Amino acid sequence: MKRANRIMTVLIFIFLYIPMVVLIVASFNTGKDITDFSGFTLKQYARLFQDRSLLKLLGNSLLISVLASFIATVFGTVAALGIHNLNPKMRKVAMTLTDIPMTNPDIVTGVSLSLLFVFVGTKMLGQRNSLTFWTLLIAHITFNLPYVILNVMPKLKQMDASLTDAAMDLGCTRVQAFFKVTIHEIMPGVVSGAIMAFTMSLDDFVISYFVTGPSFITLPVEIYSYTKKPIQPKIYAMFTLLFLIIFALMTAMNLTQLVSDRKKAASHLGH
Amino acid sequence: MSKELIRLRDLTMEFDGERILDGINLYINDHEFLTLLGPSGCGKTTTLRIIGGFLTPTSGTVTFDGQVINDVPPYKRQINTVFQRYALFPHLDVYDNIAFGLRVAKVPKDEVDSRVREMLEIVSLKGYENRKVDSLSGGQQQRVAIARALVNRPKVLLLDEPLGALDLRLRKDMQNELKRIQQAMGITFIYVTHDQEEALSMSDTVVVMDKGRIQQIGRPEDIYNEPKNAFVADFIGESNILDGVMLSDYRVKFFGRIFECVDKGFAPNEPVDVVIRPEDIDIVPKDEGHLVGTVTGVTFKGLNYDIIVEFKGFKWLIQTTDFHGIGSTIGIRLNPEDIHIMHKSEYSGLFGDYSSYSAEYDELTEDADGEEE
Repeated sequence: MKRANRIMTVLIFIFLYIPMVVLIVASFNTGKDITDFSGFTLKQYARLFQDRSLLKLLGNSLLISVLASFIATVFGTVAALGIHNLNPKMRKVAMTLTDIPMTNPDIVTGVSLSLLFVFVGTKMLGQRNSLTFWTLLIAHITFNLPYVILNVMPKLKQMDASLTDAAMDLGCTRVQAFFKVTIHEIMPGVVSGAIMAFTMSLDDFVISYFVTGPSFITLPVEIYSYTKKPIQPKIYAMFTLLFLIIFALMTAMNLTQLVSDRKKAASHLGH
Repeated sequence: MSKELIRLRDLTMEFDGERILDGINLYINDHEFLTLLGPSGCGKTTTLRIIGGFLTPTSGTVTFDGQVINDVPPYKRQINTVFQRYALFPHLDVYDNIAFGLRVAKVPKDEVDSRVREMLEIVSLKGYENRKVDSLSGGQQQRVAIARALVNRPKVLLLDEPLGALDLRLRKDMQNELKRIQQAMGITFIYVTHDQEEALSMSDTVVVMDKGRIQQIGRPEDIYNEPKNAFVADFIGESNILDGVMLSDYRVKFFGRIFECVDKGFAPNEPVDVVIRPEDIDIVPKDEGHLVGTVTGVTFKGLNYDIIVEFKGFKWLIQTTDFHGIGSTIGIRLNPEDIHIMHKSEYSGLFGDYSSYSAEYDELTEDADGEEE
């Protein structure tokens, strides 16, 4: 039984990671095709870094992800605080309302946001081209918000409520109490919310496709158009880099969590 | 003597239509050690939180030094709090926890340092400055919490069951410590507890609360010796409470017998509750007793035996240093000063009957109390 479990676990990891391995191998391939592995080369990476337009797209994607996840983290944290302070009944209603957009199919969210932006832009503001960088940013912030709230809420729930009382008792206004005490307690939730929002933003295609115009294209939107023609191997190189960056980010996050947990455990042993 | 500092007038508090406080009237003097005592859910913590400014009463007023402070936020009150589970800031060390209030108030750095060090000395935590608070024992965390509050030199310190999480030995030490600090610094303490012994041994004034109402206010001796109703008599110490009739001043009838007592001012033939403390009852040979009963239970308590004695179907608790075995027949005598008479109240008949008494049951309810709020 134990043996079967172990084999199962190994199999699952193989299935999860084999596509990434194939991609990484392909990015170093000298052959023309993935089916034809003939040797090791860094040529695709060199090509990638020479391709100005591709790097520009990557830059666009990073810009929108960083901005959207940052703004969503700020708004989401404030929203989580507000929801946390509601009475239990209202809190439940608010949490359900924030959960729904997450389960809503992306395509529905994308089309409805697009309709809204076009309506507001052309009808109310009289723009000719209403889908721009700004609509894309607003859309990304919108779909990121629930993820931040979802990550911050449990930390607020875990926090000893009397810590805020204690801060106010010692002279803090509500705002001071938040920055001097609460933020330190909920930081792990804020950080994981931000990282989740960043990754959601970075790889979003469906919603982005509907809410952005030709003036500002992100990487996933552009890549999608490639599937109609063969994907160039330098794209593999870029994906490999992206994967490694995310991998490093997640590892670093888990390691810091581990270290702080160990520290806590050690200090508990101390008395 | 000392002047009035805080006054609560007709305070009521409702949560979701449920009445938590029901007309609290109370004044607290400067330099007083006042304890709010009662079982869980009696409204004592709510009262404390209203004084601290964390809750706004549904109606009634809170006056501080002559000013109504209902809507003054906690950070503008000259009041500090020691919270139930200390509420120390986990991301700060001992020194920074204690310095927190002074830094918020922008006190100059040198003064912060000297005042923090002075407090560390007072609570005997010198040398612990840079320790993380979660590496401290419960008693040490407790003292950091006290130092963190007192360093701001408040006029009033609120303490919400501060010793609840400590073991018995440490609790006794901290009781003395708190009393010493209160006297040394000369500030008003408002203390919340469900532990009657703690309340009696530390306080100048005890306020007994139940169901959101004050049942009795008085000095510890008065609360113990002259309880106002069956609830207070039962909650403060052990009491045998019997139905009686006050025939006239100084004469009460119960168990078909007329006893002399020291109470007066009741209506002729008024039905009353008669309180007899278990330690006041004298055991005598059965032919000399006012009443004769049979021992049905014995528990050794260290200082004394708790014995349950049945008189005509009604069971009493008696505390005695002499052993009386189960089944033995004993007589008791009641002196006039051992009998305390109370008016009937909503609590009559609910307390003071030891028919279902067992030591284990007592411990169970005490444990449940510890988990409260």
